[in-house]
Amino acid sequence: MLGKLRAREEIVALFKDGQTIAIGGFANHGTPNELIECVIDSGARHLTLVSNDTGDANLTIGRLVHEGRIDKVFCSHIGMNTETVPLKEAGKIDVTLIPQGSFAERLRCGGSGLGGVLTKTGLGTIAAEGKQIIEVAGETYLLEPALRAEIALVRARTADPLGNLTYRGTSRNFNPLVAKCSDLTIVEADMMVELDEVGLDHIVTPGVFVDMILAR
Amino acid sequence: MDKRNRMAKRVAEYFKPGDIINLGIGIPSLCGNYAPKGVMLHTENGLIGVGPASTGLQNVESFSNANAMRFVPVPGSSVFDSAESFAIVRSGRLAATVLGGLQVSVKGDLANWARPGKTVGMGGAMDLVNGARQVIVTMDLVTKTGEPKILNECTFPLTGKACVSHIVTDQCVIDVVPEGLLLREILEGLAPEDIQKQVEPTLVVAGDLAVMAE
Repeated sequence: MLGKLRAREEIVALFKDGQTIAIGGFANHGTPNELIECVIDSGARHLTLVSNDTGDANLTIGRLVHEGRIDKVFCSHIGMNTETVPLKEAGKIDVTLIPQGSFAERLRCGGSGLGGVLTKTGLGTIAAEGKQIIEVAGETYLLEPALRAEIALVRARTADPLGNLTYRGTSRNFNPLVAKCSDLTIVEADMMVELDEVGLDHIVTPGVFVDMILAR
Repeated sequence: MDKRNRMAKRVAEYFKPGDIINLGIGIPSLCGNYAPKGVMLHTENGLIGVGPASTGLQNVESFSNANAMRFVPVPGSSVFDSAESFAIVRSGRLAATVLGGLQVSVKGDLANWARPGKTVGMGGAMDLVNGARQVIVTMDLVTKTGEPKILNECTFPLTGKACVSHIVTDQCVIDVVPEGLLLREILEGLAPEDIQKQVEPTLVVAGDLAVMAE
């Protein structure tokens, strides 16, 4: 197939038990819903999810929780999903809550060859528990370590055959960060465009970060 | 005007043209209706320029706020990813963030994201209270069962330490100052003692104590 386009069966076959999967989106918006169905069709279980939230019950990212595929989550919030909350309370899903800005930076670091970032966010709160405190130039910071995944699922507005991506509005959210932080980045695009069609100055995620695009 | 809108309108008096403001859910989300012209609203999922709720063809997935409500962006809006969004937050580019509160301490500590045994996530709140130039908390003065929410020490998990600037309640406006909590405005018909008996710390009463608009 042309460029990085891959057939659905080929993508479904990539997901295995125990993988760590990062997924873009925010509160059911800008989520790669067709790729999430690919994970479900793969049968993969005991997954670790890295995403801002777990969507709503049985909706978008919440589909993976509903289908019982998730053992662990790194996120900033689970409150919208009425299925995740009781699973966390029953100890069936291990949820690590991270302040949203720190979560974004941890993904950015993971995708940028960096070990972590220093922030004042969370100092003096339970978000600082177990974390290193570092002084720089007389100021106190929390060390938030880089976060990476084995596979990233990204939702884009447009993709060209080389994986150069644009996004639309607030659907961008965590997608460009997720696109960078993984060993293998798979994109679901609302539409395919020709090389140079959107103009190189308008590309948000360069294709170098993208490995595969779901063919439709 | 109902209580919630009255509180939102009072909060919006802190906004100035040119300010970039982030609004939380609940009463804070109403403040935009009373903001002066020239204020732009930031939403942490990646946009400055949140406009009115969208309907019909304008109601699209790609313009939604942090509360998953869809809107029409105003002219001059800009979009960015979540890392950029929180770069804006942490670096002091927001004139203010308006948040709900569960508890505020005499030192301006805020607890607003978790009750003991119920921790569903801080979302962006810890970054917002760390970075915004002013943190405005709007909440009822006491809980539904009449317990004080303004305390000597917060007992719920903290969102941030010594971060609150102003508290706008249903009965009064309180500023957090180096001396403690300064009672600035109260509803007509109430005396400072009426407020004092509903809070734990001893309040400092402003010399120019004003009446809070109905």
